[in-house]
Amino acid sequence: MIRRLWKFNGGVHPPQHKKESTGLNIGPAILPRQLTLPLHQHIGEPAEPLVQVGDHVLKGQIIARANGYVSAPVHAPSSGTIAAIGEYPIPHPSGFSADCIIIDTDGEDRWGERLGIADYQELSPSALRNLIREAGIVGLGGAGFPSYIKLNPGHDKVIKTLILNGVECEPYITCDDMLMRERSEQVIAGLRIARHALQAEQCIVAIESNKQEAFAIMRDAAQNDDDIEVVRVPTLYPQGSEKQLIKVLTGQEVPSNGLSLQIGVVSLNVGTSAAIYRAICHGEPLISRIITVAGNGVNTPRNLETLIGTPMDELIRQCDGDPAQLGKLIMGGPMMGFALHQTDLPIIKTTNCVLSHHRDQMPQQKPVLPCIRCGACMDACPVELLPQQLYWFARSDELDKAQEHDLFDCIECGCCSYVCPSNIPLVQFYRYAKGEIWIREREREKSELARQRFEFREMRIARRKAEHGAKRKQKQIAAKKRDDKEDEIKAAVERAQQRRDQARDSAIEQAEKQRTKDSRDG
Amino acid sequence: MLSAILALSLLALGLGLLLGFAAVRFKVEGDPLVDKIDALLPQTQCGQCSYPGCKPYATAIANDEVDINQCPPGGEATIHALADLLDREPTPLNPENGEIKPKMLAVIIEDVCIGCTLCIQACPVDAILGAAKQMHTVIADECTGCELCVPPCPVDCIDMVEIKQDIMTWKWSAPAIEPAGSQQ
Repeated sequence: MIRRLWKFNGGVHPPQHKKESTGLNIGPAILPRQLTLPLHQHIGEPAEPLVQVGDHVLKGQIIARANGYVSAPVHAPSSGTIAAIGEYPIPHPSGFSADCIIIDTDGEDRWGERLGIADYQELSPSALRNLIREAGIVGLGGAGFPSYIKLNPGHDKVIKTLILNGVECEPYITCDDMLMRERSEQVIAGLRIARHALQAEQCIVAIESNKQEAFAIMRDAAQNDDDIEVVRVPTLYPQGSEKQLIKVLTGQEVPSNGLSLQIGVVSLNVGTSAAIYRAICHGEPLISRIITVAGNGVNTPRNLETLIGTPMDELIRQCDGDPAQLGKLIMGGPMMGFALHQTDLPIIKTTNCVLSHHRDQMPQQKPVLPCIRCGACMDACPVELLPQQLYWFARSDELDKAQEHDLFDCIECGCCSYVCPSNIPLVQFYRYAKGEIWIREREREKSELARQRFEFREMRIARRKAEHGAKRKQKQIAAKKRDDKEDEIKAAVERAQQRRDQARDSAIEQAEKQRTKDSRDG
Repeated sequence: MLSAILALSLLALGLGLLLGFAAVRFKVEGDPLVDKIDALLPQTQCGQCSYPGCKPYATAIANDEVDINQCPPGGEATIHALADLLDREPTPLNPENGEIKPKMLAVIIEDVCIGCTLCIQACPVDAILGAAKQMHTVIADECTGCELCVPPCPVDCIDMVEIKQDIMTWKWSAPAIEPAGSQQ
């Protein structure tokens, strides 16, 4: 049976450049002398270091634990000594530094204890998720969302479809392609584990039609599984984007600002699936991944199984390139990747490609011309936005209007910039607008907090003043009362004195009288 | 004649009661214009506008007592927002109230602090923590950078430092490439 496929709006066909790096098999990258492991390689909170400088660690040993629900631990990719913990440059468009753990490798590459599970079906979905969490597995397609959260839809949700994303639509990148060709059984085994964890009804493996070899191998690997269907989808960028792929395979649209979970679909990257298999069945945490080293900055473009934390310039050298001769180094592909500020940055869990441009063979910068309102960007937009409207709003800082036009549904795929006849860097404007909106939102929250605290302080001061006033009044009343009482006592004493005086006077008088009477009688 | 007078007075009484009830039941708390203006102000509570806080300044603006250009922390953006709200012409910031500065954070040099609590009393948002003869410290998340704690400190142990961008607050800047002769 051939599965019915749907279509999403737009999309583009950029030159693929995939053949260059698929000529050689996946090779092992060299073991570098030093590994740099950022604590924040995933979406969520940064991990917390568990080791100290000078500690000796074994390969696969946990060195930083997950901090909170949305977080992922970090493991030592090779055995060695912790050389430093502190801020070092990381691959990020800002070029900033962030907290990292640095390991001086000892060259022995000695594994710590590994406990594989013989039969994953004996474990409950929750136990499986815990193992996946402890292995530090995050989405390897590029976003780096902790995988165990994706595999936890909640009690009331039924997952109908589990999609394994082997589309890899971005030019130059071939790491998923080579993984499927060479390790198809690992990918399918990981898919079975994920299916068990989710209790999903059916699985679809989606592979683009430009990867015939991988498609055939994967179909063979899954031929004994009735509930796994390997589907070939026509080549079109950005089909590998989750929401677009779900539309193509199921005809359903993920709601704006929503998750695919809401329509009963979960999708995983093929690399993530293989990592899940290795974590569950061999007890190996996520310490390495396959990286495509491509571009005209290297003479032998190929895929390398690389330890997380390996410096990129080592990979460039291994692929016969000279890091000093590079004009530009990009992490990710030419459409959605970002340029790096230096070449010795570490590979992280979400690095799928290191794309280098030789200094003498840089892509030509075309002059930016005025927008002619041709609408080509609108036709190309896979999210059916109005890119030129968003462009005007972002340029004139009318951010409210940009938000009203669903700026946050933009997946930054770059189709609009790619088709623009005026060479306007549209996506850069959207990225700017999104960042600006986030910053303003944060400032608004902060000023709201300040306002509340100010008002509370005013209220407290007023209350204290009122309390003081009330106390003073009470004291005055009490003092007055005391005065009154004293007066009363004084009056009473006077009265008593008077009475005593009167009594004495009358007694004397009486005595006088008596005396006169006596003398008269006598 | 009598019945007409009776009917009209009854009607008047009934409607009067209804109006009286509505006035109590649907009473508008506070001045909505003041709140609207207050919402646009940066809430640093710094007093640079010569009013003791953002709300008093908002009240003064609502009463047409001052111009809308007295708030240095809000800068041009606040002036424009106020101009939009009140339908006035935006005027440049009044230099007498201070100049536009980058966002700052108060930091207490803890070795020097003598625990006098003067800064705690000066802080308009209760962002300083401490007790008499105990070291004080600034709750960084709640500090608005208003600088009101700096002058009362007898040992000069409060520094205002610029808030640096880090990975979490970094954002893409607007593309520098300006299309030549662009038109809307």
